[in-house]
Amino acid sequence: MALDKPYLDVPGTTIFDAEQSRKGYHLNQFCMSLMKAENRERFKVDERAYLDEWPMTEEQKQAVLARDLNRCIAAGGNIYFLAKIGATDGKSFQQMAGSMTGMSEEEYRNMMIAGERSVEGNRRIGETPQEKK
Amino acid sequence: MARITASVYTSHVPAIGAALDLGKTAEPYWQNVFKGYEFSKQWLKENPPDVVFLVFNDHATAFSLDMIPTFAIGTAAEYMPADEGWGPRAVPRVVGHPELASHIAQSVIQQDFDLTIVNKMDVDHGLTVPLSLMCGQPDAWPCPVIPFAVNVVQYPVPSGQRCYNLGKAIRKAVQSYDGDLKVQIWGTGGMSHQLQGPRAGLINREFDNAFLDKLIDEPAAAAAIPHIDYVREAGSEGIELVMWLIARGAMDDASGGSKAVVRHRFYHVPASNTAVGHLILEN
Repeated sequence: MALDKPYLDVPGTTIFDAEQSRKGYHLNQFCMSLMKAENRERFKVDERAYLDEWPMTEEQKQAVLARDLNRCIAAGGNIYFLAKIGATDGKSFQQMAGSMTGMSEEEYRNMMIAGERSVEGNRRIGETPQEKK
Repeated sequence: MARITASVYTSHVPAIGAALDLGKTAEPYWQNVFKGYEFSKQWLKENPPDVVFLVFNDHATAFSLDMIPTFAIGTAAEYMPADEGWGPRAVPRVVGHPELASHIAQSVIQQDFDLTIVNKMDVDHGLTVPLSLMCGQPDAWPCPVIPFAVNVVQYPVPSGQRCYNLGKAIRKAVQSYDGDLKVQIWGTGGMSHQLQGPRAGLINREFDNAFLDKLIDEPAAAAAIPHIDYVREAGSEGIELVMWLIARGAMDDASGGSKAVVRHRFYHVPASNTAVGHLILEN
């Protein structure tokens, strides 16, 4: 019997459930390894060689090399794990979050200072986006 | 007899820790956040607990995908601030309360909540940012802390209802401890935020304020909110709010006692990617 996953119709959102976790196990564990300073150094010296030490898929490795967090998430990554890559690059959480939205860093920062992304039009896939109230 | 005197609720945004640690608190952007905690710091000095039972979530710091405990109670004598990738925060080590923590573990497991017992764990911003917000920047935290980690990273996370019921069990456990201790329970995380995907940056003030109202006046109804409502309305990381229900369930009025008294309420948007919410309730 299929599992209950009521969250699949939330736009622009991937819920990190048991299935995603299984897909992303090695990708996320690679990210965990970057919590040690010596591993961050080794990764920076030769990213490809460091990634090749992990049994990750080629797609996962390419997504990391491209710093494409949306691709990483599609390949099973979770943002709290992926944040270790951003930390290694010296990026803030806001820079990382913004990089997934198709906005520039400045546009995203300005959106957050002005308020936020509204939930209106963002609850379900296919919903018509509305102007922010 | 030990007793729960009050509960505190607050967001635990990592950028708040960074703002404190890097001396940015005077900037207008951060002033708007910190002014909401001025009352709270004074209140904590005037109402010092003997122990804080601090409900938080680990952000892939102490728990990788090797082990994912749903509820984990820290029974260690001390915990070090973790290196989350930017280097450890320069904040005091966290002193535990192994006797009370072990007592609570035993009692709560006997009440059918299967806790994981943790004797070694580094603590991340989920635990240290609330301490900074409530205590400022002291040389040592004012009292021992029992860390209680909830999995809200990998779905399915525990339901709001289970968290609320767990809070009731924690209250019973505290009351059955022989030592004369004043215990505060803090629920942290939230409020609305989403850190991932094209929908990142989502914040929902209406949902957040309705949640605060409900948490205060109709906690049982707040406990009944299903996961999908948090995800859809409050963003994928808004699910952290289930942790507030553990603290709320531990208040007297959740078990038939007199109604909790609101001492402080604060709400502000934004801190980095997140809506900041904060409440203090007293028994």
